[in-house]
Amino acid sequence: MPEPVILLTDLTKEFPGDPPVRALSAINLRVEKSDYVAVVGPSGSGKSTLLNTLGLLDRPTSGGYRLDGIETGTLKDGARTTIRGSRIGFVFQSFHLLPHRSVLENVMLAEVYGAAPRAGRKDRALRALRRVRLEHRVTFLPGSLSGGERQRAAIARALLADPSLLLCDEPTGNLDSRSTDAVLDLFDDLRAQGMTIVVITHESDVSDRAARRVRITDGVLTEE
Amino acid sequence: MHPRDLLTEAVAGLLARPVRSALTTLGTVLGITTLVVTLGIAATAGNQIVGRFDELTATSVTVEVPEHPFPLVDWADVGRVTRLRGVVSAVALAESEQSANLSVRSNDIVDPARVTDQTLTVVSSGPGLPAAVKGRMIEGRYFDAGHIARGDKVVVLGRQAARLLGITGLARAPAVFIGTQAYTVIGVLGDPQREKSLAGAVMMPPTAGKRYGLDIVTRVLVNTGLGAAELIAGQAPSALSPGHEAILQVSSPASPTRARDAVEGDVNALFLILGLVSLVVGAVGIANVTLVTVMERTAEIGLRRALGAARRHIAAQFLLESTLTGLTGGVIGASGGIAVIVAVCAAKQWTPVMDVRLAVAAPVAGAVVGLLAGLYPALRAARMEPVNALR
Repeated sequence: MPEPVILLTDLTKEFPGDPPVRALSAINLRVEKSDYVAVVGPSGSGKSTLLNTLGLLDRPTSGGYRLDGIETGTLKDGARTTIRGSRIGFVFQSFHLLPHRSVLENVMLAEVYGAAPRAGRKDRALRALRRVRLEHRVTFLPGSLSGGERQRAAIARALLADPSLLLCDEPTGNLDSRSTDAVLDLFDDLRAQGMTIVVITHESDVSDRAARRVRITDGVLTEE
Repeated sequence: MHPRDLLTEAVAGLLARPVRSALTTLGTVLGITTLVVTLGIAATAGNQIVGRFDELTATSVTVEVPEHPFPLVDWADVGRVTRLRGVVSAVALAESEQSANLSVRSNDIVDPARVTDQTLTVVSSGPGLPAAVKGRMIEGRYFDAGHIARGDKVVVLGRQAARLLGITGLARAPAVFIGTQAYTVIGVLGDPQREKSLAGAVMMPPTAGKRYGLDIVTRVLVNTGLGAAELIAGQAPSALSPGHEAILQVSSPASPTRARDAVEGDVNALFLILGLVSLVVGAVGIANVTLVTVMERTAEIGLRRALGAARRHIAAQFLLESTLTGLTGGVIGASGGIAVIVAVCAAKQWTPVMDVRLAVAAPVAGAVVGLLAGLYPALRAARMEPVNALR
């Protein structure tokens, strides 16, 4: 049986304070390859903490997190950074595109810190942009794109390193309904191509498109 | 991370805010320009001064003959100095306290309505004085060995002394009176480059000046060829007064190298401080702006960390950005400094002199300033936790 992409075992995250704040409480979650999981819940429920933990941006207080079969809890900062750059693609609500760089340069940024050779980087970035149907905007600056196009550029950047997990934080939060549909269609296509997707959202029309939905309330995760 | 990627990212980071980058660079530009101009002008001015030393002072040796129970130097002894290799000309002079302020007049008529007396310095010398003081006879001639041997009562006036005494020409063989003694004016000496005070003096043969205490040599002026002054300064006392050379006092010019070093040292000490202060101000400017930039680019730092950038990558990028800022300031500052030096030299008709290593060292200094200024902001950027940076 192949290793799941994500395997959380009794994962807990507490923030120091008096008393300490428990953001995630003994979470268990298994996400297989090609899963499309929506994590839903109200504000302050722990969605972002869960995403940060899954993205290796933050460390859990206790419990286990295996990504592609690798136990991440014991890894040092450098190794976590390497895994983050090579196995996880991030899609943010506010796109996080560099405003003074072209769409192509923004996408190519994803390979700057990895081990991929410089040669062929531009071709790979163009391929990623074709994948999100944005090849006609390669020389444009992000400011001249629509919200949906910016998010597609950000998705192309997330796909460039060929990650095993696409982590999306409210990916349609800043988009109109038409652009939202376009992005969700793109997620469907990516899933069909074998991509594992975890979407954090509080929008029901987004979570309804996911194959699987989990709810987080006060740090407790429940399958729906 | 490939070095070319690092450079690309750093350059893109700077070009994203071109006006801010340009203003940040300005501090370093001013500092480096000041340093380059200081060092260049100091070297140029030092060289210029050395050139003047070469022309005049560096070839002048003066031997002072102190009072002694018997004359240490005879008038004829100057001939031995003249024969030394490297000596161009030499002359003996005699001055006395008595002759320093003598009343001289151009006629023997006592006119109570006018001031007819001039208080002038009277000196006696050997025959070669015009050449030894690098002057020229603008009228008449200087007295010669014959005048001296015969004890002729003749004088040569300095140009200013002649003007004070109202002597405008020698055609009518004018005379001047010192006390009751009349002396025929046989020449007027003009433009002495050395011993400029002789322009206002009366010069007479030592045999005629005996009555004013001007028969004993008190000074010997020696002109040498370029580079021979130090050697002659060592040899002249022995030639003039064998056995008593230690008593004679020789003043020779400072070595050109020492003179240049002294000038450069003085100028450098003053302006280097100014340049260094400017550089420090520039460094503080870079540090300040880089720190503000780091704070503004928190989200970008978070994104880069999410894309796999390690802390060292973030630190390296911000360090390179501040170093490039400093380097750019150094290059512009060095170019500007050289342009200023050339402009000053063109205006002053000097030959620009600059150590070529300065043209390389100045941009490097700018880069080092940028590097040091970027250390703290880069460290701050590298320490940011990605989860906080992305929030």
